[in-house]
Amino acid sequence: MKIPTDVKYTKNDEWVRIEGDTATIGISDFAQDALNDIVYLELPDVGAAIEQGKAFGVVESVKAASDLYMPIGGTVTEVNKPLVDEPETINTDPYGKGWMIKIKVKNAAEADSLMDSAAYEAFCADR
Amino acid sequence: MSYIPHTDLERQQMLAAIGVTTIEDLFEAVPSSHRFPRLNLPAPLSEMEVSSELQAFAEANEHAGEFAIFRGAGAYHHFSPSAINHLLLRGEFYTAYTPYQPELSQGTLQATFEYQSMLCALTGMDAANASHYDGATSLAEAVTVAYEVGRGKRKKVILSPGIHPMYREVTRTYHQGRDIKIVGDKGRADLSDLIDMLDENTAMLAIQYPNYFGQIEDLAKLAEKVHEVGALLVMVVNPTALALFKSPGELGADIVVGEGQPLGIPLSFGGPYLGFFACRTEYVRKIAGRIVGETVDTQGRKAYVMTLRPREQDIRRDKASSNICTNQGLMALAACIYLSLMGKHGLRKVAELCYHKAHYAAAQIDALPGYSVDMSKPFFHEFVVKCPKPVSEVNQALIERGIIGGVDLGADYPGMTDHMLLAVTEVNSKDEIDALVEALKQV
Amino acid sequence: MSKKNKKPTATLPADATNGAATTVVESPTEPAVEVPPAASSTDATLPAKAPAPQVLEPLIYDLGSPGRVGVLLPALDVPEADLPKDLLRGDLDLPEVSELQVVRHFVKLSQLNFAIDKGFYPLGSCTMKYNPKLNEDTARLPGFAHLHPLTDDEGAQGALALMHQLQGWLGEISGFRHVSIAPAAGAQGEFAGILMIRKYHLERGDTKRTKILIPNSAHGTNPATVTMAGFTAVELPADVDGNVDLEALRAACDDTVAGMMITVPNTLGLFEAHILEVIQLVHDCGGLMYMDGANMNALMGVVKPGELGFDVMHYNLHKTFSTPHGGGGPGSGPVGVNEKLAPYLPGPIAAIIEEAATPEDAPLYGLVMPEKSIGRLKAFHGNFGMHVRAYTYIRIHGASGIQNITRHAVLNANYIRVNLQGEYTIPHNRYCGHEFVLEGHWEDVPDIHALDISKRLMDYGFHPPTNYFPLIVPEALMIEPTETEDKATLDTFISAMKQIAAEAKSDPDLLRTAPRTAPVTRLDEKRAAKELVLCCRPIPEWAE
Ligand SMILES: Cc1ncc(COP(=O)(O)O)c(C=O)c1O
Repeated sequence: MKIPTDVKYTKNDEWVRIEGDTATIGISDFAQDALNDIVYLELPDVGAAIEQGKAFGVVESVKAASDLYMPIGGTVTEVNKPLVDEPETINTDPYGKGWMIKIKVKNAAEADSLMDSAAYEAFCADR
Repeated sequence: MSYIPHTDLERQQMLAAIGVTTIEDLFEAVPSSHRFPRLNLPAPLSEMEVSSELQAFAEANEHAGEFAIFRGAGAYHHFSPSAINHLLLRGEFYTAYTPYQPELSQGTLQATFEYQSMLCALTGMDAANASHYDGATSLAEAVTVAYEVGRGKRKKVILSPGIHPMYREVTRTYHQGRDIKIVGDKGRADLSDLIDMLDENTAMLAIQYPNYFGQIEDLAKLAEKVHEVGALLVMVVNPTALALFKSPGELGADIVVGEGQPLGIPLSFGGPYLGFFACRTEYVRKIAGRIVGETVDTQGRKAYVMTLRPREQDIRRDKASSNICTNQGLMALAACIYLSLMGKHGLRKVAELCYHKAHYAAAQIDALPGYSVDMSKPFFHEFVVKCPKPVSEVNQALIERGIIGGVDLGADYPGMTDHMLLAVTEVNSKDEIDALVEALKQV
Repeated sequence: MSKKNKKPTATLPADATNGAATTVVESPTEPAVEVPPAASSTDATLPAKAPAPQVLEPLIYDLGSPGRVGVLLPALDVPEADLPKDLLRGDLDLPEVSELQVVRHFVKLSQLNFAIDKGFYPLGSCTMKYNPKLNEDTARLPGFAHLHPLTDDEGAQGALALMHQLQGWLGEISGFRHVSIAPAAGAQGEFAGILMIRKYHLERGDTKRTKILIPNSAHGTNPATVTMAGFTAVELPADVDGNVDLEALRAACDDTVAGMMITVPNTLGLFEAHILEVIQLVHDCGGLMYMDGANMNALMGVVKPGELGFDVMHYNLHKTFSTPHGGGGPGSGPVGVNEKLAPYLPGPIAAIIEEAATPEDAPLYGLVMPEKSIGRLKAFHGNFGMHVRAYTYIRIHGASGIQNITRHAVLNANYIRVNLQGEYTIPHNRYCGHEFVLEGHWEDVPDIHALDISKRLMDYGFHPPTNYFPLIVPEALMIEPTETEDKATLDTFISAMKQIAAEAKSDPDLLRTAPRTAPVTRLDEKRAAKELVLCCRPIPEWAE
């Protein structure tokens, strides 16, 4: 299982990569593996302001569905449109082409509550 | 007990295998204070005796098999070809469960897929589910879909007063625990009044087609107006009427719901009926209930399976938008067989027979002194008659002549005392209609 | 299992102590049952090397020819009226087939189904018992089948009397004085029950109660119902014995709890050991108790939920009372309540409007709406056709027969359970109710799953048990034989299950590639979800 060190993680298995006041968000390798064949993805519109912990979309596989929650709050600046048409990319490249949205971060301090890769690895091992 | 096959010997063998002496021993976990209460039920009866008891109950009813019937209002007496009942009685269909194991359920699955396809053709929509409980709950479920499409931010639902009163009641029952405001149907609002209620907070507007009074309203501009504010247009439709009149898809509807009972399902005192539900592709992931899709097996053979499963309660649990599990599957099969038998030409013919007979009856009744028929708008197979006397008195006189009359509209529409809603279908012969007219004259 | 090794005390015929299944079933490897051949052929045996069929049976649309009609309708016997030209539709895209084509098509489709009438269907939680043929006849009596739902009370006395009596019997069986048979299915009964609980609290001005407690073993309709009614579902864990964890329950009980939904026996098939304490705890914090009655087949004549202290429950007439499942429905989900909730029942309800003048006369029945009803759940008055079937069923059984149903359902389930406990892991292995759950996997063959066992059972001629429910048992297989199956059938099933357990170790491919004898092999569910072909008709031209 891949757990890159350049991103932070939530207990709901989203990851976030923070670069300045921009953040990129997706779901972890662990999450895509648990969901299995992903067939559908629903993402918010550009411009939507969503708080930390609130749902920003839905990801669905053949046998499961999961809400997607904001690792940190912010305003959506970009949505990965091609991914909506080919959501199976999340299964093959969850941290790369499988990114979901980019946001303008509202309060960078919110990231302090997230797990780093070591903490997330331990968290996954416990499940 | 004829349905329990155990012999004394087998019971003993089984108890021995389990390691207990009596069946009662198996219930030790049930609190002894409440275990084995007396059941105050009658003694068992033989099949023969039960049969005649039920026969007596059935014969105590005034039904469309013995009386000429002109009552509709959401449930219609139509001709049903014999083949339907024979096929429904195949144990392989009616004693199967929901097709969770597709390898052993291709019959139910393919029939459901065909049903969905026919419903799409009839309504002009892209997708249909495998059924809801009835037309009223289909409408209530459409409200949930519209609410979800509006991401919970649009809280206003506009219902036309021309929708069946019970459908509006059921919609209110379903949404009493939710933050949804249902408006529009308390007075006598017409279409333009409803259009005026549209705003950015509106999730949907629903009308009935033909409306509860049997009339076809002018829907030319409606869809455009509803879509202008970003709301959904929901149409409650009569499936027989759709064989004759423009499809809701052509009229711009987003969701089409209705009662499938006219499609070969007996009146049966109100149920089981068939709630159909169809919509445009973009809403299909938001709708409730089972949906069958096409796929292939590992050998490349075409086959069918329930799909979009993660929407449903068994997977989504408290996040599911509806709790529906058991639906009206066998009734959907009945409709599928009916639509196959009637086909392209037969259903149109049924609709035309209904239309012409209803218009013949309406014209005769309108000509009677003291009666008038509302012909202000085009109508299909139901129409409103203003009577010279209370509807209950008229109906009493009719039943004495072997005729089941119309529904009293006064109860649901305060301004309509002495108004009766009459329905005429292909089963009403000219003789029956003439007898109705003659009887009304004498009331 | 305290009594597992105890010798039975009753005297038995010589060979009877060995009650366990001894029948040997041959391992099926070749297609044995109805593999539907190519589209054009019939049920006759296939020539040895027929090419792999591409469709089992064509779609009804593909059978037609332009201009063909399936039904002859009468000629118009009144003058033609003008049709409003600008309101009419164009083409109607329905099939054009003959009656014989329709009959053959649907008979062929029916043959692709498994059903109770064909074989053993131990689908847990669904109570797939025999559906007596008599029920189908009584429901189709013309006086019922052709009765309009808006018939005046005077003209529907037979139907109303039947509904009234059925309400009474259901009330007697469950210990609830008040019953509404309006709900269309179990889930709708649940919805009615939770809406009643909501209204009860609101009418008392108690607006803080926003939560409904649910054990994590609950059926999915329970939490979904709670959300629909505007409440929040709070999950409770099970303890090591499969009962509700009383500590967790105690911690959850406060004045924000509107009530609790619980299934009895629970979805593991076990009678909740502390049911009276559970009820007491919830009542003490002001909540009401809802019983999911899907498992009533384990309780009839054994205990009355109303007497245990429950406030409301639903029945599934399509489980316990033998009304057919119809390949998905229709069902009927009556609700029973105690005095507290009676004013809120969904309506309408059949009631006596006017007592009989003399003992020889019948009373006058009518339909009434309870005083503070949560309202109407569907148009008209419930799935009446199911009411007739359930009435027929209760009438034929009577008090002793009803009790016997439960006794034998529980006997059958326990018999299978003890016979499989060697080959399979059975969590919480104690006396079960009418069903039990086992784990469909083995540590030494980790890539064999419950699903593989299910599919392999098809090759042995059985419908699989319920898979993956309840969620709290890994690889759950939930087995419910019902009372209408005889010992020989159970023995064959037990042998098949044992044989599959052996095959899992000796030749796991037999499981992985099963089924081989069903009409189709395993399906590509991903493709179905991705490509979403939900309708076979082209989009009409006006839409383009
Ligand atoms: C335990 C349990 N509760 C509730 C239900 C829902 O009943 P229905 O399918 O009639 O809506 C079911 C049926 O599947 C069930 O097994």
